[in-house]
Amino acid sequence: MEPASRLDHNHKLSLREFPYIIRWRDDRCKRCGRCTAVCPVKAIVPSVKVMRSVHSEGPIPTPGSTRRTVQVVEQVTNMERYCTGCGTCALVCPNEAIEPEFNPANKLLHYKNKGGDGYKRGGRRNDPSISTLDRLKFTRISMLTDPALDAGRHEFRIRTLLGRVLAPEAMPLSVVNGKLGIDARNNIFVPPVREIYPIMIGSMSIGALSPPMWEGLAMGVAYLNEVEGMPVVMCSGEGGMPPRLLRSKYLKYFIIQIASGYFGWDEIIHALPHMIEDPAAIEIKYGQGAKPGDGGLLMAQKVLKLIAKIRGVPQMVDLASPPTHQTKYSIEEAVAKMIQSMSMAWGFRVPVYPKISGSKTARAVLNNLARNPYAAALSIDGEDGGTGAAYNVSMDKMGHPIASNLRECYLDLVKQGKQNELPLIAAGGVGKKGNLAANAAALIMLGASAVSIGKYIMQTASDCFGDENNRCNLCNTGQCPRGITTQDPKLYRRLDPDKVAERVVEVFKSADTELKKIFAPMGRSTELPIGMSDGLSIDDKAMAERLGISYAC
Amino acid sequence: MCRLAAITSKDYISPLEPILALETMKEGHDGSGLGLTLKDLGGEFEKLKKYPVLSGICSQDGKKTLDAYMKSRGFTLKHEWRPKIKPVKGIAARDHYFARAYDYPAAFKNRSLPEKEDLLMHTRLGIRKVGEPDGSIFAFSFYPDVITLKEVGDPLEVAEFFGLDKDSLSARVVLAQGRQNTNYAIYLYACHPFFIQGYCSMTNGENTAFVPIREFLSGRGFPGYMGYNSDSEVFTHILHYSVRQLGFPLPYYKDVITPLKAAEIEQREDRDAIRLMKQSLRPLCIDGPNMVIGFTPDGTCFMVQDSKKLRPGVVGGVKGRYALMSEECGVDSAVPKRDREKDFYPMKYDMVIISPQAQEVKVWNQLHG
Repeated sequence: MEPASRLDHNHKLSLREFPYIIRWRDDRCKRCGRCTAVCPVKAIVPSVKVMRSVHSEGPIPTPGSTRRTVQVVEQVTNMERYCTGCGTCALVCPNEAIEPEFNPANKLLHYKNKGGDGYKRGGRRNDPSISTLDRLKFTRISMLTDPALDAGRHEFRIRTLLGRVLAPEAMPLSVVNGKLGIDARNNIFVPPVREIYPIMIGSMSIGALSPPMWEGLAMGVAYLNEVEGMPVVMCSGEGGMPPRLLRSKYLKYFIIQIASGYFGWDEIIHALPHMIEDPAAIEIKYGQGAKPGDGGLLMAQKVLKLIAKIRGVPQMVDLASPPTHQTKYSIEEAVAKMIQSMSMAWGFRVPVYPKISGSKTARAVLNNLARNPYAAALSIDGEDGGTGAAYNVSMDKMGHPIASNLRECYLDLVKQGKQNELPLIAAGGVGKKGNLAANAAALIMLGASAVSIGKYIMQTASDCFGDENNRCNLCNTGQCPRGITTQDPKLYRRLDPDKVAERVVEVFKSADTELKKIFAPMGRSTELPIGMSDGLSIDDKAMAERLGISYAC
Repeated sequence: MCRLAAITSKDYISPLEPILALETMKEGHDGSGLGLTLKDLGGEFEKLKKYPVLSGICSQDGKKTLDAYMKSRGFTLKHEWRPKIKPVKGIAARDHYFARAYDYPAAFKNRSLPEKEDLLMHTRLGIRKVGEPDGSIFAFSFYPDVITLKEVGDPLEVAEFFGLDKDSLSARVVLAQGRQNTNYAIYLYACHPFFIQGYCSMTNGENTAFVPIREFLSGRGFPGYMGYNSDSEVFTHILHYSVRQLGFPLPYYKDVITPLKAAEIEQREDRDAIRLMKQSLRPLCIDGPNMVIGFTPDGTCFMVQDSKKLRPGVVGGVKGRYALMSEECGVDSAVPKRDREKDFYPMKYDMVIISPQAQEVKVWNQLHG
């Protein structure tokens, strides 16, 4: 007797459990096979079915049947090969015969733990709702009591400072013949400060990104600086930098990151004597908004020859950076030492700052740094930040939203009168819904000296499919269908680094225009409106109270 | 937009003069108030120059509180001036308007000026703290040789209300400001000019960078940096902070509130210093639209513009009498006989500085330093 399970398919999941259901149209499909060939997860397969048709013919119709085989495209019901909704199939289909459709009633998380391991992915928090940043409105408009400025005519200075700024009382100045000059007698250390564009490109490593993606970003940044005169800086992420870039004049546009795995630092240290420019800054990564308290992870399938060489590791091994720096047993001592050591490596000419995950403990970190004259800034990465690989639970459930975290840190500095001394860099979800300039301006008005963007620029510059409905998010697998987060040449050759660079330039130029369109009606042009909280409102009283801004409805 | 009128002179002038100049600039509704600050006093205060003068308003009860407060702090009353109030329709008279010269407490008589200044400021703040909750006392200034008068109403009517046309009150420097069309619920502490430890200024235009500036000043740990009932009060405090606290020569006030661009800084001889200043004092950068008129403790007067020059301002006069006004007709009223060709309209890089007793006018150009 045949087992019941074979008859009723009870051992199988139904397609309704899957996050994306493939809509395939028999009538349009010409069976070219492109969709099944390109699918990065093999969620669709060409299949052969037997079709039985029953027909009745003759003066006294008598039912008869014929059987024929047909070729179909079929979605598999194996959760290991679930359709991620990336839509590459639709992209390559010549006849618009196939596309994935989001299934909001899916039960992916019920089943995506085969083998006892939790669901890992790339991307960011799967929360498509409107974030706090997108609820903030700019409500202080210059209307008659003072003239609104002209975004097209007035001169705007959209710049910020990266680096520890001396307290006014500490400036080594003296008056000689009615003029101020630097008084060298007291031998006061003047920390290095960079004037940069207030939107930075955050840390995404070579390794997490494919070579053409990282190169495209880097070329875009260099173009913005050299041609457009916009001092945009970009962080390397953990994993080193191309050796030639380390020795080039373009190094000054890059922030080199050191994280708990120290990947790439052997190469960096060896390049130090040959550097002809200092980097823009050094970022010490202690945490990341997308996976707070969790370490870095570059999965073995992405550790191919080039990455292995830059990072100084063997090929095809998982590269896990520990959740914490091994030397970090106390913030009072170890973090200070690390900042000192990195500062010393570049002769105290380079700002060195830590980056942490958004956290309730951020203020404690801040206050420690505020007392450390060598700490150049604090970068706080909120829960909506992205990553190349992490457990889904880390991304979805861990972390702190950036808005209130940044605001309480800023107001803490205000209480101490140090808000200009220690710049705060805010990140995590900036541009999540595409409102890059508005999100950046809102964070600046809440107190950020600069904002950092990662996933937004990556998506925008390279047409990434990912979204907050868990679309694609294959960054961890090395199977990125766009060639953005893969080390497989067959995949990354799809990406043209020149096009990426072009998009980076376009994004920054348009954001610059939009920032002016925000600042001009608010009567601000000569200095970045850091902490101009009277310019902001929100349509929720509790949020307004928490952020110390006005409520407007 | 507020109207501003200031006159600096070698001879003592009546405070009515700048008020008449204000009147020539009047356009539309103008009942929001008048503020007057007199420096280098003449008349009955000429012989009391070394004694600090407390200017303010109080109720009957407030007067008792004030007397007790001053006595408890060791101040002894030397002289009191009170305006001869003439009832004017629309101006609600308060109980006591006063300018009282006090002698220092015995322990402070031989102290240094900065110590005395701190004592005076703390005393003024103490009075404010006592009198502000119930509105029983307003204390505008407490400093030697300076008087401040404020009241809500049309400036000319307020002057008539104070009887300034018949009063002997006079000074060598008078700053007058008429508020226009802003808020109807005028609070006296929100009226210009603002004064702190010998530094005074008044401003027209909104201050769009007010909140970050206020937060920065409040964080300096200096008790006098408070109040901020008007967004223009910060201009006075930035002046005080730059010149008194940080020791910068006066022209650097311009560099603080409207810093040069990086390439422009490189042209300056003192570039290393102002580069550093621009960073450390970044939150004090104003964004306009503002024109600021002010004076420093030695009686130097100045006029300065925001970096986009979005508000009018003109300086004109003759040696011994100069007018700093928000409009040309004000200068015509204050100094009709002058060479108008020599009137100066400061632009975005300029700072007009007039030495004490209106002896010399200098136009300092920020680009050249």
